[in-house]
Amino acid sequence: MTGSTLDEARVLTQERAADSPRTVRQQRRRTRSRVPQVALYALLIVISLIYIYPFLVQVATSFKPDAEAAIDPVSLIPQTWTTAAYEQLFLRSDFPLWFANSAVVTIFVTLGRVFFCSLAGYALARLHFRGRGLVFAAVVAVMAVPPVTLLIPKFLVINQLGIYDSYAGMILPLLVDAAGVFIMKNFFESIPVSVEEQARMDGAGTFRVFWSVVLPMARPALITIIILSFQGSWNELSHFIVSTQSPELTTLTKGVASLASGQLSQGTQYPLKLAAALLMTIPVAVMFFIFQRRIMNASEGAVKE
Amino acid sequence: MTASTAAPSRARKPRAGIRRGEALAGWTFSLPVLLILGLFMFVPVLMALWVSFSDWSGRGSPLSGNVNFVGFENYAAITVDGGLATRDFGTSLRNNAWYVLLVVPLQTALSLFLAVLVNRAVLRGRGAFRTAFYFPSVTSTVAIVVLWLFLFSASGVVNEILSWVGINGPNWFQDPNGIVHNALAGLGVTSGPAFLTENDFLGLSWWNWLAGPSVAMTALILMSVFTTSGTFMLLFLAALQNIGGDTQEAAMMDGANGWQRFWRVTLPQLKPTLFTVLTLGLIGCWQVFDQIYTGTQGGPGKTTVTPAWLSYSSAFLDQDWGRGAAIAFILFAIIVVFTLFQRWVLRDRPVSKRRAREYQVAAQHPEPARKEAVR
Repeated sequence: MTGSTLDEARVLTQERAADSPRTVRQQRRRTRSRVPQVALYALLIVISLIYIYPFLVQVATSFKPDAEAAIDPVSLIPQTWTTAAYEQLFLRSDFPLWFANSAVVTIFVTLGRVFFCSLAGYALARLHFRGRGLVFAAVVAVMAVPPVTLLIPKFLVINQLGIYDSYAGMILPLLVDAAGVFIMKNFFESIPVSVEEQARMDGAGTFRVFWSVVLPMARPALITIIILSFQGSWNELSHFIVSTQSPELTTLTKGVASLASGQLSQGTQYPLKLAAALLMTIPVAVMFFIFQRRIMNASEGAVKE
Repeated sequence: MTASTAAPSRARKPRAGIRRGEALAGWTFSLPVLLILGLFMFVPVLMALWVSFSDWSGRGSPLSGNVNFVGFENYAAITVDGGLATRDFGTSLRNNAWYVLLVVPLQTALSLFLAVLVNRAVLRGRGAFRTAFYFPSVTSTVAIVVLWLFLFSASGVVNEILSWVGINGPNWFQDPNGIVHNALAGLGVTSGPAFLTENDFLGLSWWNWLAGPSVAMTALILMSVFTTSGTFMLLFLAALQNIGGDTQEAAMMDGANGWQRFWRVTLPQLKPTLFTVLTLGLIGCWQVFDQIYTGTQGGPGKTTVTPAWLSYSSAFLDQDWGRGAAIAFILFAIIVVFTLFQRWVLRDRPVSKRRAREYQVAAQHPEPARKEAVR
């Protein structure tokens, strides 16, 4: 804490160096700024605790026996450690199946979105063709449609096409994301066109230019799409509600939601439910910590001096 | 672009070798996206529009011959008939309106507050704080709802902590009482005046419209604020870092204190972001579905029924597909209207004469102040 006060002081000194009447004020400022500084940290720590504590208590409770979870919900250290909840999830429930289904859907959706969004984004940014404006307008219009109002419409079409209750019905409608097209288009417009022109001069076809020249340059945007699609399809619930019904096709979100509303369990069984919710959070959490810098790119390195 | 496609032969001649087949490639590249968006967005909306005007019962195809056109019957049932369907729809609008009314301002204010707190250049552990505030946003709604059901259960963590300060917490997710009614009851008012109880709108008396969100809904409101504030904090942070230090410095030299600098200098510059956050918040808040499906399923006493949930349950659970589709279209209209209204409210107004004078005075000031600082 002292260090940061010093930091602040140094910044202040740099700004107002060699200005004698100001040094007095600056000195006053330094001593005065310690109290608000401490208050600021105290405030930040309290708020962080409010944000973090629910997850800590979730981890702790998942290792408690049922009775202890009910009697002492607050403590962060179980009096009796047990992995009963996890054993039941992995050995005596459909949880592994749900996990596998979610993984399959997420992998296909992410691959599909990366490929199709960048293809369309490239076409909209670089290729000249009649009707391009119209295609772009359609993509923007789709972005404005609130997804929740599409539940019944989607079910109707999936049912009509005969792909209800199948992987096709789960994956196909999610394969394309209008926002992803938009992001890729913006990115391609921001990179210089000269490299592509060179490759074209050398006789490469449009797809070849796209695949071997442009796409490798688009890594930052592709990572953004990967993060968004992974998180989006892993956490997706409503689409799977309207596109499947059989237990073999249940995804994690749907399965854990059914746990929450009391199926498969007698009594409250909080440790079991919390363990399931915790396990389903792990993949997105890992994703988040891997790409943390990028997700929070508003943070480090953007400090203006 | 359009001009060059209109007269391709002359404009393109010199580059014909490079640009050959570009139109074909353009369409081929866009085709998968167009096909899937068309098939799973555009066609569905048309089909649902037809269903909302039909008496389809969910059996067979809605396009088959024995499904009849019933005009605005489905829409009338939920808006003007005054029956149970109307009352349910009115209740869902009431519930969601209170949700919006509380979540949007709270999440916007909290995220802006957090962004300002962690935006300081000289702050130890900035990254850690930001991570802590953002983390709830990555997790799925389902996982958070499970956690919330535990935290807010009758003898759960929240009530346990409330009991430390002598408060006897409610049985959150089982309590259908509106918090405004509860507050009034605390003042001794248990039934509304006649003009509120005797008039009704969408089958719900004005007194009941004013009930406020139920205690159960309040728990969901807190959850929404908890999970979305991190995302919006990042948006505000990005905007704050794009604001140069110059204006801050200038205002400081003019003797503005921190509070004034925030309201008069920082906030006006954040207006575009504020608009984005309010719009995203408003759009998102009218789409409450996952929480209800996972957590409360509309209960207790229908006080967490939202239009999105009602649309789903009418169609998929009660097999009344026409009504479900009609609710979805009305919900869509509500979201569009609110977005347009917000755009209109936050539009850039021409500056009034008085304001313009203030700006001129302000614009003259920073210069000498800056010189002083440099010297």
